[in-house]
Amino acid sequence: METQFREKRAAGRKLLVPYITGGLAGWQDAVRAAAAAGADAIEIGIPFSDPVMDGPIIQQASQQALEQGATPVSILHDARSLDVSIPLAVMTYYNTVHHAGHERFAAQLAAAGIVAAIVPDLPLEESGPWCEAADAAGIETVMLAAPTAPDARLPLVVARARGFVYSVGLLGVTGERDTLAHTATALARRLKAITDVPVLVGVGVSNAAQAHEAVQVADGVVMGASVVRRLLEGGADAVGEFVGDVRHAIEH
Amino acid sequence: MSLMAEPSATGRFGEFGGRFVPETLVPACQELEAAFIEAWADPEFRAELHHVLTTYAGRPSIVTECKNLSEQLGIRLFLKREDLNHTGSHKINNVIGQVLLAKRMGKKRIVAETGAGQHGVASATAAALMGMECKVYMGAVDVERQALNVFRMKLLGSEVEAVHSGSRTLKDAVNEAMRDWVATVETTHYCLGSVMGPHPYPWMVREFHRVIGQEARAQSIELYGDVPDVAVACVGGGSNAIGLFSGFVDDRTRLVGVEPAGGAAVGRAQPGVVHGMRSYLMQDEYGQVQEAHSISAGLDYPGVGPEHSYLASIGRAEYPSVTDAEVIEAFQLMASSEGIIPALECAHALAWIVRAAPEMQGQTVLMNLSGRGDKDVAQMMDVLGR
Ligand SMILES: Cc1ncc(COP(=O)(O)O)c(C=O)c1O
Repeated sequence: METQFREKRAAGRKLLVPYITGGLAGWQDAVRAAAAAGADAIEIGIPFSDPVMDGPIIQQASQQALEQGATPVSILHDARSLDVSIPLAVMTYYNTVHHAGHERFAAQLAAAGIVAAIVPDLPLEESGPWCEAADAAGIETVMLAAPTAPDARLPLVVARARGFVYSVGLLGVTGERDTLAHTATALARRLKAITDVPVLVGVGVSNAAQAHEAVQVADGVVMGASVVRRLLEGGADAVGEFVGDVRHAIEH
Repeated sequence: MSLMAEPSATGRFGEFGGRFVPETLVPACQELEAAFIEAWADPEFRAELHHVLTTYAGRPSIVTECKNLSEQLGIRLFLKREDLNHTGSHKINNVIGQVLLAKRMGKKRIVAETGAGQHGVASATAAALMGMECKVYMGAVDVERQALNVFRMKLLGSEVEAVHSGSRTLKDAVNEAMRDWVATVETTHYCLGSVMGPHPYPWMVREFHRVIGQEARAQSIELYGDVPDVAVACVGGGSNAIGLFSGFVDDRTRLVGVEPAGGAAVGRAQPGVVHGMRSYLMQDEYGQVQEAHSISAGLDYPGVGPEHSYLASIGRAEYPSVTDAEVIEAFQLMASSEGIIPALECAHALAWIVRAAPEMQGQTVLMNLSGRGDKDVAQMMDVLGR
């Protein structure tokens, strides 16, 4: 994923990564629609019972998916038949990984054609055993950087980032906001100054205009709650339409 | 060296503990750790804490010998009376420590989770005393069954938010408090209510409850010239138990932590990671956290503090469980035999003592009476159909 992202960036393209909760009704069609509408990668959420980094929309989506019987195994199984040409990443909480076992989970991802993983409750200091297993299986581990990090911490985080650096847009959990927080561009700027790994802003990037604002500094955006809400309310078509709008906005 | 020394630099008790939090919270946990280490080594902070505990919270708490129950059960039963602390439970020990620390760190606001409402009431109380803003998250199910404590918190000037996600109990209240903290970390201290969560909480909260064990050890020696044969406490997150155990962990005393049958995290002994810590955790075959089910809101939690997992794994403490039915019996037994209405949480400890008494004949048993039962009376009126 990182190689592709670097190439696209070099060609002047801004990167767009929609998040879609796996196991939700219509999620596979939504992935295909997002890919067709100009996404550069998809972040597939493997739902967890206790998603502490997520606000109401992704909580609701996670709970709904779990109630419909989604499991890590069923989602990874379904991911195999997605047949999209862009890279697929998963986002899940650490207990899902821990419970499966590091090596086994990394192997399951690789077998499903997943190339990257985002684990938001696994900070740098605890990430060693997972990163080792992921590296060995060829899975890129995306690290999160937060606005609260002192200057001395950011270089340590980006040094361990593979795929891209997830620049957390605000102090808070996922969810739509009226405006882009000033922390979003501020942190992206701090990161851009110290790394050439692609920097994508996620959490609180809620619409096309905010995405446009974020990519004035960052290499791209991750959009979660705004995408998932459209899947919940309008199905895969609504997701495709929204991703198309954002794509258009960040190119202009 | 004591078995309850400091955890490792990464906050490990054996292979349990750690700091599994979103990146946003890592600097806050590091700052808290540094602030706690500094304050704990400062005689002035210790003196201030001691002053508030002795002139406001009512410490030391007494030890009561239960003459009637002792006779019935064939043991010598003593109670460490944490129910007599201000606000009615052991929770105040930790809260006063944390709120003093938060103030020292320049925080203006605290957030807390609560199950039975005792930690929420203690937090609201300390916030009122020390001029802090306070918001308490409480599962919607618990808001219902602990209505008295909800009203107390509001009277004390705190905001109480009912949490409607997940199982709508303590686990979900912790999630919501953490989400609040992620958004407000620059001005807010998360006043966690048990020996759980990310490092340094399990260690820090234990140190604030160590006073229970220290007092109890001295009182035991004064009352019967020895440490008890058995020390028993209920275990939700495990703070009152760790406080009691800390006084006897390096002695010959048998340590027993009693879990509810529907929330027996240690009993099932399956490691997992949630709420910032690696510990025993009730979960399904894919690692989804399971809902606990207990008559007692304060023990209705699928995890447990990491040091308990450690003490269990090395065999130093044991963690049997009791059923709701046994607890209801024990609740009434203590009221009618001793004139003490226990909190439903610590009625778990008595329920185990009643069951195990035939094998403990003649032994001295020290039970932590972690809280008083006033908050549970309305719920028990329903349960007992009166
Ligand atoms: C009286 C009482 N005892 C025990 C507990 C359980 O907590 P812990 O296991 O941390 O002592 C509670 C929690 O609400 C409580 O109110």
